[in-house]
Amino acid sequence: MLTTKFRASLAVAALALTTGFMPAAAQQAPRRVPSMLIKNATVITVTKGTLQNTDVLLENGKIARIAQNIAAPAGAEVYDGTGKFVMPGIIDPHSHGMSDATNEGTLSVTSMVRITDVLNPTAVNGHRSLAGGVTMINILHGSANTIGGQSATLKLKVGRPIGEMLPAGAPAGIKFALGENVTRKSQNAVPGGPPRRYPATRMGQAEVLRDAFTRTRAYKADWDEYRARMAARPAPTTLVAPRRDLELEPLVEVLDGKRFVHAHGYRADEMVMLLELAKEFGFTVRTLQHALEAYKIAPEILAAGASVSVFADSWSYKLEAFDAIPFNAAITVHTGVRTTINSDSDERIRRLNIDAAELMRYGGLTEQEALETITINGAWQLGMEQRTGSLEVGKDADIGIWTAHPFSVYARVERTIVDGETFFDRQQDAANRAVRAAERAELEKAEPNTVPSPRGAPSGPSRPAAPTGENR
Amino acid sequence: MSRFNRMAASLIAAAFIPVVAEAQLGSPNPLPGPQGTFAITNARIVTVSGAAIERGTLVISGGKITAIGASATVPQGAQVIDGTGLSVYPGMMDAGTSMGLNEVSQGANATVDDAEVGSFNPNAIAYYSMNPHSAHIGVTRVVGVTHVLSSPTGGLVSGQSTLANLGGWTPAAMTIQQKAGLVITLPRAGGGGSGFGGGGFGGGAAAGGADATRQRAIQLDSLRALIADARAYRQAMDAYAKDRTLPRPQPDIKLAAMVPYVRGELPVLMQADRAVDIRASVEFAVEEGLKAIIVGGREALVVSALLKEKNVPVIYAHVRTLPSREDDAYDINFSAPGQLAAAGVRFAIASGDGGAQVRDLPYIAGMASAFGLSPEDALKSVTLWPAQIFGVGDRFGSIEIGKIANLVVVDGDLLEARTNTKFLFIDGRAVSLVNRHTTLFDTHKDRR
Repeated sequence: MLTTKFRASLAVAALALTTGFMPAAAQQAPRRVPSMLIKNATVITVTKGTLQNTDVLLENGKIARIAQNIAAPAGAEVYDGTGKFVMPGIIDPHSHGMSDATNEGTLSVTSMVRITDVLNPTAVNGHRSLAGGVTMINILHGSANTIGGQSATLKLKVGRPIGEMLPAGAPAGIKFALGENVTRKSQNAVPGGPPRRYPATRMGQAEVLRDAFTRTRAYKADWDEYRARMAARPAPTTLVAPRRDLELEPLVEVLDGKRFVHAHGYRADEMVMLLELAKEFGFTVRTLQHALEAYKIAPEILAAGASVSVFADSWSYKLEAFDAIPFNAAITVHTGVRTTINSDSDERIRRLNIDAAELMRYGGLTEQEALETITINGAWQLGMEQRTGSLEVGKDADIGIWTAHPFSVYARVERTIVDGETFFDRQQDAANRAVRAAERAELEKAEPNTVPSPRGAPSGPSRPAAPTGENR
Repeated sequence: MSRFNRMAASLIAAAFIPVVAEAQLGSPNPLPGPQGTFAITNARIVTVSGAAIERGTLVISGGKITAIGASATVPQGAQVIDGTGLSVYPGMMDAGTSMGLNEVSQGANATVDDAEVGSFNPNAIAYYSMNPHSAHIGVTRVVGVTHVLSSPTGGLVSGQSTLANLGGWTPAAMTIQQKAGLVITLPRAGGGGSGFGGGGFGGGAAAGGADATRQRAIQLDSLRALIADARAYRQAMDAYAKDRTLPRPQPDIKLAAMVPYVRGELPVLMQADRAVDIRASVEFAVEEGLKAIIVGGREALVVSALLKEKNVPVIYAHVRTLPSREDDAYDINFSAPGQLAAAGVRFAIASGDGGAQVRDLPYIAGMASAFGLSPEDALKSVTLWPAQIFGVGDRFGSIEIGKIANLVVVDGDLLEARTNTKFLFIDGRAVSLVNRHTTLFDTHKDRR
């Protein structure tokens, strides 16, 4: 398993080095995907209403037809959806899943580091997320420093090589962070590092960003000038190219609008700071992540063209989360700000449907508005709204099949389909349990897995605690 | 602005009850009104202990439920609430929390008041850390959680839990039972780590390092000695009471606090999650004659035969906890309550949360139902069963004449996230739905 993962990471790294940006599935031979016909279900399209007793045909990884009484093509798997609910795969715009590292954190600006270098294609949290109907996640760095690193949009094709999970043409992203996590006043200053690191305040954070983008502007000007002079005919032969700067290159892409900024922020004032600074340097913040106090500045967020990705209900776990309210999303949605619910957690990602349902109780969002927060709006935040996030003919077949309306606490996922292929099947999962148990029994026989006591007597099984995957 | 009419309407509906105070300056939790006479008419009444009444009247008077039924009469002078289209449920109880003892868990540690210094604190009582003005209380009760068992944590003997209503301006006004359980966490078998996880509530006694087994034995010996001392203390006190010529025993508030627990009069809450620790806790309780309740109980299913045989109930606080092993079934903790029910183990579902997210309790129970627990049992697991486990099932947990009127009136299924609360009664008092979060919402919702 480790070997596979290592190879996959190497392949990703090698591709990234040759192309300069993230590799894509398009660079590999396309996998043949069998057809599937879901019959007679309640189909929640999100963008085209909810349809009763409807069939959905999936072909070549895409949604081929949505209609009543579709005849099954030869060789297609036919799934009886009677009594079931079909909805788009849930999109989580803030995850740390499928990844073996989260914070670089040692410097205030680590824009050079990439999530794609630390992906784990067999991470168990991927399977658990699929079991919650999630098909696509935005994997971000943590919030230990002001500019954390380059994020990755990933489809949960768990077990496949990483290259197949990174959708072709998905816009690049980068994580910024503001507030308490960056000043690290209530935590270890730097993970495993020395006691203090600039910035220790929100004003310092503004200056870290201003410094980074001031340097980026100069760097971009150097390259623009070089390219302009190289475009002359005959081209100059003695010109030396500016030295590549891997810290500033991704920030040039931000200034060029080619890389989306996903910025962690809690308090209203720190988010306003970033929006003002982005205006000063001429870029748009794609998402304010967490944005617990977005409800205090919804008009400013709307005017800046930013969107928000929030917790449905998570508050009081630290001081800067004390004004967080579950009505946050209701206010941003009603102001016209595109809004999503995210998990930021390997635990919470398994129940984003219930998080979205809570928005109906807190502030009275309609079912439609609440559905959008875990589907099409997330697709937009990742620049993938033409590809996924709703059930429409021609879109990627990213689908969850549920036993009841996904907003019911009594609902459970039966199947999760990504690009037309089933990656979670509850029946299959149940059947696999006996196999896994037998495998475990064999392994335990082969290797007792015990920690010897000082006197050499076994002291019982020793297993590490499971990580929670949280980084809020 | 009209978008928020629905919300406004529900708050106004709550405010219509004339005895309900406006939001009070200085507390985010409006004071419950007096114990008046109320009649909820034309409502679906979900009694929990018996069949639901599809359309009936429920009368509250003097803090209690005084009449229920399709033809119950509305007393003269009662404040009448038309419950058409609404359902009345008994209030829920979370028996696995530290609500009121904590406010902001990180970065404001002065607000964290749930764990004393030292290993043996039987005389520490949650009651004295309980903050009636905690913002957690006001936002929690509006989903229908009307009372909680709030527990201290830390050390081997953490202290005593308090059973409290989520309403009232002093700890005394809130309290149902000041001393409702003694929290004990045996040192972890095999050493290392803490005993109890589950989102902030807990952190048990830990023994780590190479000599963990020896340390564990020392800690267990100390605990057994404390229990033996408490028994001896009681005998000495009894003997002295009968014969004043005996030497007068020195008073000891720690040992005195232990007495009702070592005599099995009150339950001992044994925090344990791994099967090995649950088994050790049950065996310890049996040997010492303690009336044990397992709190946490993540792997209770593995030990279900023993739990059933010894009639030890479980406060299961791990529905949402991630599986602890990579090869565990993804739904191992979602489905545990359903399997405990099938195995005949008595249990209740708790949030396991320090306070802020106790309001997720209905969804947690609902999730257990999605994975095998019947909807009826899911409801019981957060109403009647926790009340029975803590010996207050005759007063709480269902809608029956004579029971205390902790009631919630909702427009749907109590456990569903989409359901809206319309009216709330705690101790037979109408409680406003205003809280810190509705106030912040109202302050900002119409900003343009």
